[in-house]
Amino acid sequence: MPMNEENKEFRPLIVAFCCNWCSYAGADLAGSSRLSYPADVKIIRVPCSGRVNPMFILRAFERGADGVIICGCHPGDCHYSTGNYYARRRMALLFSMLEYIGVENGRTRVEWCSAAEGAKFSKTMNEFCEKIKSLGENVRLGDLRCKN
Amino acid sequence: MYSIAKENLNSLYAAIAGSYDLFMPIKTAGQTNYGFWKEGAEGDIDTLKTIRSGKDAFFPQVEQLYTVNREIVPADVAAGDDAEKAANTPIRTKLNVTPGKLVDQDFVIFGMRPCDVRAIEVMDNVFLTDPVDSYYKSRREHGIVVALACHEPEESCFCTVFGVDPADPSKAKADVATWMIDGKLYWKALTEKGEALTAKVANLFEEADADAKVEEEKAYIEGIAKQLPNADLSLEGWGAGKTDEKFKSEVWDKVYKGCLGCGTCTFVCPTCQCYDIKDYTTKDGIQRYRCWDSCMYSDFTLMAGGQNRQTQLQRFRQRFMHKLVYYPTNNDGMFMCVGCGRCVEKCPQSLNIVKVIKAFAENK
Amino acid sequence: MQELINRLKELIADGTVVRAIGWKKGDMPYNPEPAYFEKPEDFDNFVYDGFCGANLSKMMIEAGKLEGKTAVCLKPCDTYSFNQLIREHRVNRENTYIIGVGCRGKLDIEKARKAGIKGIKSISGIDIEGDGDVTFDTIYGEKKMAYTDLMLDRCHVCKGKDHVIFDEVIGESKDTGDADRFEEVIKIEKMTPEERFAFFKSELSKCIRCNACRNVCPACSCRKCVFDNTKFDSQQKANVDSFEEKMFHIIRAFHVAGRCTDCGECSRVCPEGIPLHLFNRKFIKDIDTFYGEFQAGKDPEAQSPLTDFTFDDLEPKDAVGRGDK
Repeated sequence: MPMNEENKEFRPLIVAFCCNWCSYAGADLAGSSRLSYPADVKIIRVPCSGRVNPMFILRAFERGADGVIICGCHPGDCHYSTGNYYARRRMALLFSMLEYIGVENGRTRVEWCSAAEGAKFSKTMNEFCEKIKSLGENVRLGDLRCKN
Repeated sequence: MYSIAKENLNSLYAAIAGSYDLFMPIKTAGQTNYGFWKEGAEGDIDTLKTIRSGKDAFFPQVEQLYTVNREIVPADVAAGDDAEKAANTPIRTKLNVTPGKLVDQDFVIFGMRPCDVRAIEVMDNVFLTDPVDSYYKSRREHGIVVALACHEPEESCFCTVFGVDPADPSKAKADVATWMIDGKLYWKALTEKGEALTAKVANLFEEADADAKVEEEKAYIEGIAKQLPNADLSLEGWGAGKTDEKFKSEVWDKVYKGCLGCGTCTFVCPTCQCYDIKDYTTKDGIQRYRCWDSCMYSDFTLMAGGQNRQTQLQRFRQRFMHKLVYYPTNNDGMFMCVGCGRCVEKCPQSLNIVKVIKAFAENK
Repeated sequence: MQELINRLKELIADGTVVRAIGWKKGDMPYNPEPAYFEKPEDFDNFVYDGFCGANLSKMMIEAGKLEGKTAVCLKPCDTYSFNQLIREHRVNRENTYIIGVGCRGKLDIEKARKAGIKGIKSISGIDIEGDGDVTFDTIYGEKKMAYTDLMLDRCHVCKGKDHVIFDEVIGESKDTGDADRFEEVIKIEKMTPEERFAFFKSELSKCIRCNACRNVCPACSCRKCVFDNTKFDSQQKANVDSFEEKMFHIIRAFHVAGRCTDCGECSRVCPEGIPLHLFNRKFIKDIDTFYGEFQAGKDPEAQSPLTDFTFDDLEPKDAVGRGDK
């Protein structure tokens, strides 16, 4: 993974799936409020957290992500009424399965974040990035071929 | 002839592995498959049939053909020392193509059964005739095959039908023939390559004058082979030039129905050699690799215009026609089946080549 | 077995059904194959014994599209799969005549091979009505094994002897369960992450991507599987990197989560003997714990847990690390 040559500090690669209606706007607000979050977080905008297929998460890991976070509207606030409820069940099962096959806990996370919560978005991303840094590089779920 | 006690086999493996890569049946998670032996691995030559055949030694399931990487050429390099030119040169990318490495070291395939050794001949006809497959060829040139007689053939075996002798590996195109008799492995080099291997590990062997013992073992194995339920399977009606007759037969419709369209039979088969070539997108390029393909899959030979075989009946027919008719037609009557019986054991729906041959015999 | 054959012949003769799906005698005593039967003489090869383990419910997807009714022989656990297929509108109930067949556990020839039995000529004691040990007549002499020792793993966690859907039942069934369904899953959950990772790595590294687990699964009934997409570089057949098997098996199990009836066909057919049911059972166990007990296929009207929700479902962060608390 990207290593900063000067100080050898581990810089994780984090993929954040953000729903178009709440979390993506929350990220926008964080930006316009001049709140910072690590540049290691790469945001992918999705129409709804319910759009996030478990395969997206595994594929992100395959291609070199060290952490994956899914952000959606708060339960009850989904733009499509129920999308995030389904996402919540799916992710609960997937995360439990990843733990079961021996992937470290904490590499995946779901956070509900509304368009008004720029501060929360920034705080969450900072926290998550620290967590991934402490876990180190993702070796258990990567594809070796993507590293060269 | 030499011999070595069974309990000393691990030191034999270690000695071979000291000079060569050693590819042999290894037990992992309860199943025996071919793999590269390294210290601590559980070599298992007692299991008659590995799940995957030994064809991986020459034709692995996945093989890197070449890699393409994109390299960004900085403007100043492209322009040499000319600073002004550098300033006006756009950043360029260069494609580097690195061919996959051909095998250039001798390696040993240990414990291959006579049927699997015959399967190498079947594959040779495909990969070593024009156009020659250089990846396969390099492996063939460097592979040293140590064949092992089948002490107790099982009911799914029908190799004798195809003229394979389970009792005598020296008849197979191997470099060394071995027999496991009463806790001792008897070893006989057959070719120059085999002699070279023997010389390297000779200090572990005892000289043995065991021709009589081996003859006795051969007679024992032949006795068992005769009793196997499929020993008298008849191949009448199959072989070169039967395309029209068999292709149009209505029997196919009766035998294919249980087929799931999975690839088990083709992947455990020692003679199936169809492959697909694919690209995998890496960080800054692609890896082009080939991997086994199965004619049972719905996207086999998928082209821009679609597929030539659209139903499972057609796919099923293709597999057996290829083995029993097309291949013999192109290869002087040699069948593309060696009777190892892996498909008999592994098909999820219990369909297999024996049932097909029998169904045709019944519905003449 | 004779009663079953007579009844099937009768159903065809009186026009109730046009064909029947059952098992055809194999060339070995242990390998009957799923087959169609139409004419009276076809039934000469009909067999139903301990080795008829295949779940025939998935065959009804295609058979249901044929002209006329089809009779299908389903064991108690197969009827769950059939119910689930009804739930998903994949089979045509009106076109099916379900004969619930008796079952006293199905056998696994691999178990005999593991016990060193080879050169089998004939097997007795595998009849459906029978009782007692299984006797193998082999080239190397006679061998005996207890019926339960020869049973498929799935039969030790039997779902019960009742058919959940049928038109008529022929034969007695027995609940062969003598183990806890989640025992193996719990054992793995208790390992350290490193041990779990090593366990799954060694099991999955055997995978040859033959797709038998997917193709046999009655819940995997998509017309086009996501892994058959040619535009997707981790599709099908290749096992280039160990990641691919992990992804394939996680996604395969995930796609049937909440729909998997735990029929155990995936583990039965795996040529490499990978305990694939461990993935499915983990999802089943989690679903039971998080969202209340649910048995797919028991009730064709019941909403599947993954197409359902409640307002106060468990948060994903609480789904993990439960062992640590």
